[in-house]
Amino acid sequence: MNAQLNDAELAESAKAAQPAPATTKRDAASIAALHEAEAADVHVSVDDVDLAAELTGADASTMASPDVAEYAMRLGDDALILSQRLGWWISRAPELEEDMALGNIALDLLGHARSLLHYAGTATGRSEDDLAYWRDEHEFRCAWLFEQPNGDFAHTIARGLIAAIYMQELYTALSASTDASLAAIAAKSVKEVAYHRDHAVQWTLRLAGGTEESRARMLVALTDTWPYIDELFRDDELHERLGDAAPLPSSLRAGFDEIWSAVLAEAEIAEADFVNPKIGQSSGGGRFGNHSTHLGPLLAEMQVLARRHPGATW
Amino acid sequence: MTLTAPDASALHPDDDVAELQARFDAIIEADQRIEPRDWMPEAYRKTLIRQISQHAHSEIIGMQPEGNWISRAPSLKRKAILMAKVQDEAGHGLYLYSAAQTLGISRDEMTEQLITSRARYSSIFNYPTPTWADMGAIGWLVDGAAICNQVPLCRASYGPYGRAMVRICKEESFHQRQGFEILLELSQGTPEQHEMAQDAVNRWYWPSLMMFGPPDDESPNSAQSMAWKIKRFSNDELRQRFVGMLVPQAEVLGLTLPDPNLRWNDETGQWDMSEIDWTEFNEVLAGRGPANAQRIQHRREAHEQGAWVREAAAAYAEKQAAKQRQAA
Repeated sequence: MNAQLNDAELAESAKAAQPAPATTKRDAASIAALHEAEAADVHVSVDDVDLAAELTGADASTMASPDVAEYAMRLGDDALILSQRLGWWISRAPELEEDMALGNIALDLLGHARSLLHYAGTATGRSEDDLAYWRDEHEFRCAWLFEQPNGDFAHTIARGLIAAIYMQELYTALSASTDASLAAIAAKSVKEVAYHRDHAVQWTLRLAGGTEESRARMLVALTDTWPYIDELFRDDELHERLGDAAPLPSSLRAGFDEIWSAVLAEAEIAEADFVNPKIGQSSGGGRFGNHSTHLGPLLAEMQVLARRHPGATW
Repeated sequence: MTLTAPDASALHPDDDVAELQARFDAIIEADQRIEPRDWMPEAYRKTLIRQISQHAHSEIIGMQPEGNWISRAPSLKRKAILMAKVQDEAGHGLYLYSAAQTLGISRDEMTEQLITSRARYSSIFNYPTPTWADMGAIGWLVDGAAICNQVPLCRASYGPYGRAMVRICKEESFHQRQGFEILLELSQGTPEQHEMAQDAVNRWYWPSLMMFGPPDDESPNSAQSMAWKIKRFSNDELRQRFVGMLVPQAEVLGLTLPDPNLRWNDETGQWDMSEIDWTEFNEVLAGRGPANAQRIQHRREAHEQGAWVREAAAAYAEKQAAKQRQAA
């Protein structure tokens, strides 16, 4: 499943990196039906909007076991926090096409997060919003990579590259989960993550091979982001207990390394070009609620309105 | 990225201008479409460039007031809808810039005009969005007014503009619905939420009516645009239509439109309404609205801070092309 990233594949990803029209991220057919009437003339009715099936996974009655819920929460938090970060770029990207592309990626990730958090919540009778808005920092389970600030565009790309290669390995393996809901969510997500990976690969190549400035910035971004790779692949007791319901993170490492090395090679970057010999891999423990200083302010902003109005619906 | 339109007069060097003009007039008269390679009067081209680029700029600047709430949207579902909506606006900006490019102006030129404040965009986006209910009011009122303005543009005489507008209008009606839905939820929610919704409608109602432009007797460009069938209805006609649409919807929402004089007049077949305060409109238009400076600063900073990225992409593409040439 970890085909060598060759020229043909990279060329293919160049095509895929073209931003898709925004509507493809919703159920195109239902939206089209929704619009049919209005397109002809000025007429806006007030029926309820049916936003199509928004959450992937088994039917709503499926309840996650406490272990599966904990696992789904980790993955859901990764996706949610990265989506929250990427949303900032909308209206601030280097070109309009990137406003759309980064927006698409943020939307995909938010979709994954909602499915995963919804499922995680079934174990304790909490909704996706209960989990997103009403947990405190130490209750979040995201890895440090996803909390890292946007930095400049190169930092966003470096973070996105690591995230997408990892997620593609993860969701590919998780598609074979013995847990039907996890498998369904993974199977849907993996297709979208493939596009995210192509987007990040293309920009890594452009920045590394563009101008002197862009190459220097890309290297700095890799220096700053590289220390958060190992955390993604650390096994712990939860994984042992999950058995065939989830892959061991360590089992994903070889696949990750293969793609990671291929991309760096294509970009003509050696690890020695960016790795700071005095700084190794972070021992950060996001999976156990020990987070970087960046997460607190992010959550404060994300949760402020919901927490101002306990019990309200939106 | 720069798509230069053919110089239509150069394509028809030997044709008599009067004859070309007659052909153009006949196309307009027959309600057919002018396409990029057709001859067109210079004033028609200029009017279209002005209108389409202003429209594109409005979409791009319009991303900001709503982008303001993406990070704080109060539920994940609302966050997803808002994100999709703001992203749609970027897409609309792109279609419209492309349509304008067929008339011989580049996207770079248009961007430059925008960030140096030489081009206009819809004044409505110079108002701030202090509360979540503004996401509802913008969708319901601002996108609603935009739809009334834009649906007739789907039949605009210039082909690329009309076709871009068809796509845009489809998405705009979705935007208006989500705005309505936000307000409905708030209006039926806690007293605090209801108050938030009413406050936003109070702030956005009049500015949204001003989006149709000055009254017909004071609208200098309208007559020519209507004759050219770029514009199909007058400002006042569209404003009336919009108010007629709002009244029953406000009732469903349980919110009040902030005009004590608003009522249907059976005799005139029109909505009677209070006088619009055009002083405020003119102030905002003259750059003295609350957020004019902020909107341009935001756009300029994004553009300038992204310069090194665009340069990198161009340099990389150039190197790849050179490699391919060498290989060939």
